[in-house]
Amino acid sequence: MNGIGKSTLLRTMGRVQPKLSGNIALNNTTLEDLNNEELATQISIVLTEPLATKNLTVKELISLGRQPYTNWLGLLTPQDHSKIMDAIKMVELQALQDRKCYELSDGQLQKVLIARALSQDTPIILLDEPTTHLDLYHKVQILKMLKRIAHDLHKTIVFTTHEIDIAIQLCDKMLILDRPTCHFGAPCELIENESFQTLFPSDTIRFDAKTGSFKIKN
Amino acid sequence: MGSVDIPFRATLRHIFLNATSDDSWHYIIWNYRIPKAITAVLVGVSLSLCGLLMQTLFRNPLAGPFVLGISSGASLGAAFLIMGSGIIAGLIGTSFVNDISLAVASSMGSLLVLMAVIAMARHVKDTMALLIIGLMFGSITAALVTVLSYFAKAEELQQYIYWSFGTVGNLNWSQVTLLSFITIIGLVISIFSIKSLNALLLGENYARSMGVKIKKSRYLIIIATGILAGSVTAFAGPIAFVGLAVPHLTRQVFNTTDHKVLVPGVILYGAILLLICDTIAQLPSSTYVLPINAITSVIGAPVVIWLLVRKRKMIF
Repeated sequence: MNGIGKSTLLRTMGRVQPKLSGNIALNNTTLEDLNNEELATQISIVLTEPLATKNLTVKELISLGRQPYTNWLGLLTPQDHSKIMDAIKMVELQALQDRKCYELSDGQLQKVLIARALSQDTPIILLDEPTTHLDLYHKVQILKMLKRIAHDLHKTIVFTTHEIDIAIQLCDKMLILDRPTCHFGAPCELIENESFQTLFPSDTIRFDAKTGSFKIKN
Repeated sequence: MGSVDIPFRATLRHIFLNATSDDSWHYIIWNYRIPKAITAVLVGVSLSLCGLLMQTLFRNPLAGPFVLGISSGASLGAAFLIMGSGIIAGLIGTSFVNDISLAVASSMGSLLVLMAVIAMARHVKDTMALLIIGLMFGSITAALVTVLSYFAKAEELQQYIYWSFGTVGNLNWSQVTLLSFITIIGLVISIFSIKSLNALLLGENYARSMGVKIKKSRYLIIIATGILAGSVTAFAGPIAFVGLAVPHLTRQVFNTTDHKVLVPGVILYGAILLLICDTIAQLPSSTYVLPINAITSVIGAPVVIWLLVRKRKMIF
């Protein structure tokens, strides 16, 4: 739901913005106790904000993800190069690696940003609405790719989304932000517990438990 | 006064062999032309580097070395000295206005405004707000200068306008040495900022997530700009345009935004541009010395316009 605090929660988890209250711990360490360099090796992010410049080649942008590991001048070692190439292969951008970012479509740019997060080589990747502004095919393509990355590389990938139907089919665990209570669990458990029923007013949108999708009431 | 024709080979002989066939030639080369050339190089390097730092920090193609109010602060310092000293001089009976006191006054002015901006930077988290604050300080100081000029005597006003023309020819060896020293400090800070500048290309949130200490790098970049632009303005006056144009020129030519390329690139182009402009400002065999501030814009602006029109796209 709009305005419930999805992005706020995700950005707080990535320490993009200060927390309002409570405590966030990563491997039993409070998030505030980590300095920027330590955090950069633990969490990488993909945000919705536009890039300050798109005059970077795909490869240059992805290379920036190696910053936590490079020396004071940011020179790339052979290991850095191989990590960058791995990230490019993972999102299948080999053909576009020397293009400038302003030449890319939204879907391609999203892949580049995901590859940058991958090259940062962190156990956790946070993505803020990675599928907004994309068509259905590209939404599914991006989310399937994220699932493959999470399973193949054993990473924790957390993303926010409005596409509950797609998320039900592709996610391992879901957190539904709802008032008064939030629900967390595997999609099928959440369906069994009828957690989706109360999400929207029942006179306009109804959740169909059999198909796992929302239906508009006429 | 005037122009002296020294043959090229004689010039080389004086520089490298230390020949003393003609004492006045020797004096002209070592005490006028070489310091002037070195000053031009230092001014070009400093201002271009500042422009690059500011454009990346503020992610704004219109930013230049003077967006933080540095040049307006220097102008205020100079204006106070030139136009305000009339009152004090009237009391004591001597005038304080000379090259050194001008340099001191303008550097005090730019330092003061820069300190105010840095103090604000501590409370303002948003870099864009900092940009606006810098521009506001510029407006305030410009207004104060206008008030001062309204009350100033005609010859004081003329002296102030001459200062605002900018010049690279008024420095003696000790001043050139001091300026080189300051420029090198600024240069070293800039080189150490290359990595964070590259991260800032993606915006502050991404840069922080990649381990950049945003606050520290922001201060370093502002301080580097302050000492580079401040010292140049103090010694050579407010030289416009170079800082804005050279980074764009360099980006267009190298077609990259990687600061590992851009930092050496703007240093090279800044030095070349200022040397060319200085040559034109004092054309051989002409007795006139045109204000360098006018030449930099007249030469530089068409080049930037031509580059942008030819590529039909702004690369930033």
